[in-house]
Amino acid sequence: MRVVESINRALHDLMEADLQLVVMGEDVLDPYGGAFKVTKGLSTAYQDRVWTTPISEGGIVGMATGMALKGRPVIVELMFGDFIALAADQIINHAAKFRWMYNDQVEVPIIIRAPMGGRRGYGPTHSQSLEKHFCGVPGLTVSATHEYADPGALLHRALASRSPHLIIENKVMYSRPVFGAAALPRPPDADIVILTYGGCVEHAVAAAKKLVEEEEIATTVVAVEQLSPFPCEDVLSQVGRCSRVVAVEEGSPGWGFASECARALIGRVRHFSALAGPDHPIPSSREWEDDLLPGVDAIQAACIDLFKKG
Amino acid sequence: MNELAIRKDGDIPASSFGELKLVPPSALQNLTLPQAERTLLGFELPTVARLYQQMILIRLVEERLLELFSQGLLFGTTHTSIGQEANAVGVINALDRDRDIVWSNHRCHGHFIAYSGEVEGLIAEIMGRVTGICGGRGGSQHLCFRNFHSNGIQGGIAPVAVGCALARKDEGAVAVVFLGDGTMGEGAVYESLNLASVFGAPVLFVVEDNEIAQTTPKNLTVSGSIIARAEPFGIRTFAYDGNDPVEICELAQEAVGYVRAEGRPCWLYLRTERIGPHSKGDDTRPALRLEQARARDPIPPMRQRVADFEEIDAFCRSTVDRAVESAAAAAMARG
Ligand SMILES: Cc1ncc(C[n+]2csc(CCOP(=O)(O)OP(=O)(O)O)c2C)c(N)n1
Ligand SMILES: [Mg+2]
Repeated sequence: MRVVESINRALHDLMEADLQLVVMGEDVLDPYGGAFKVTKGLSTAYQDRVWTTPISEGGIVGMATGMALKGRPVIVELMFGDFIALAADQIINHAAKFRWMYNDQVEVPIIIRAPMGGRRGYGPTHSQSLEKHFCGVPGLTVSATHEYADPGALLHRALASRSPHLIIENKVMYSRPVFGAAALPRPPDADIVILTYGGCVEHAVAAAKKLVEEEEIATTVVAVEQLSPFPCEDVLSQVGRCSRVVAVEEGSPGWGFASECARALIGRVRHFSALAGPDHPIPSSREWEDDLLPGVDAIQAACIDLFKKG
Repeated sequence: MNELAIRKDGDIPASSFGELKLVPPSALQNLTLPQAERTLLGFELPTVARLYQQMILIRLVEERLLELFSQGLLFGTTHTSIGQEANAVGVINALDRDRDIVWSNHRCHGHFIAYSGEVEGLIAEIMGRVTGICGGRGGSQHLCFRNFHSNGIQGGIAPVAVGCALARKDEGAVAVVFLGDGTMGEGAVYESLNLASVFGAPVLFVVEDNEIAQTTPKNLTVSGSIIARAEPFGIRTFAYDGNDPVEICELAQEAVGYVRAEGRPCWLYLRTERIGPHSKGDDTRPALRLEQARARDPIPPMRQRVADFEEIDAFCRSTVDRAVESAAAAAMARG
């Protein structure tokens, strides 16, 4: 099963199971089924509860928040994750606030699905990884799905929690197979641990294979699914006694995933390095994108560097 | 213009003030008073007296809040609706408190009191006490009680209210959202008008136009007509200029009735006056403009119409005194 099918299957199952649930977003209706085809078939099966919306990201997320507050859970699809900037106020000052500031008198079961990431040549405003700007917002859970987890199960868990969730999907990943957690490289007594998430996981896995084969460096890949709140304990236990950690993310450098990993690992590892995307916008040129975004070669090189430090 | 009903002060003869239809309020069930005794929202009173009682209750609570502020007993900010009480009681009393939903803004105390009568919970909340309506977490601008909510972000509540209205449409509920003239500058408002119309949300947008936003007069920030803003979205519009709670309530009933029956949004424009400061000690308006605002105080004309207003005042005053006393005695919220 491919990632897009796993998510699509989960959407169908959730719609079937919860008659109050609404799925909404721009261009989500059949025959188109959303810009990345994730909602395909949904509007045919559940005509009344799949809503195509105006191009109003802030308005849609606000409306969904109001519906959720009054007992109708909503899964919102943002066409491109980049557009989440327009919904920032609704996410931060409304959806994520209500439960706590109203003294736990209410709940807000809303999921926002956001396709992020580059490597498709969409250029500066359609290729970003903006999730870090929404991490550390109390009341909001941010997760990033990947093909070594179960993308559909993540949706099920998020809805069951009846609290606001932002789920980051990756545009390139949609068409990749779901491998499951068992397929992640986890050699005993790893020389290096790569901490990563989302679209970078596949590159880290490929780099880990090359590191073993070409350099005999045993490399574990830890694919972090929940970004915020950051699962410190889980990450620490997965790093175990390994003294070298490389953190890899696709977004811009600093104030992000690597910083959070470093915070969790303070005093626990000897060597730590971080790889990220560029500190300027993502270019449209496909080849230039590949030069800039952390891929197999860059991850491999970073690991070798760290290994040489002792 | 679609169904535009601008009425001026005095257009409607006093004799046309009929008894308003009111659904038995759920707030009543929480009061321990025997039925025959006074209720805080005056449910047992005839319309004019009831609306007056709610207005004076709001006025006395908010005057007290300003006092508490100057005594250093409050913190942060608190926006009083002194001068705008007629809107609060007029609109809220046109609702079915059992199922309708209210979204208010930073200036929410009046709407809240008219909806809930929870004077003690409000004062305690603003004083940051554990007995506050949100346990001291929300404060002045962030209230939640049953289907009443407020938030201090201008405009952001509008799409949320649209969503609330849609979620409860099948139950025949209506959502009301209060906006100010200054908030006409927020894009969220216009996205909400479009969404409400496209999806058929039973939501009543109420604009309280006091011609000022914090310190900035309307003419510096608002272009065109506020009244005419919703009509191009296919939204029926009512407008009123008068500050008479009974007239406002009648108009709001008509608007709410339309929203409920048709499952469509509606835009209710109310011209009003803010007599007090924006928050505290921050009124920069010239004396003449303030005088004009005070001339439209809705309380004095109501006193002409309610014979026993002094008794009502005394009842409300003692309620506020007791509420402040018990709030002050409660523990500060510390988590
Ligand atoms: C998004 C946002 N911007 C600015 C403010 C600060 N602020 C609070 S009230 C206010 C004025 C609002 O004016 P208006 O909408 O006319 O309502 P009024 O205060 O007159 O009731 C401002 C600027 C805010 N709370 N939210
Ligand atoms: Mg104003």
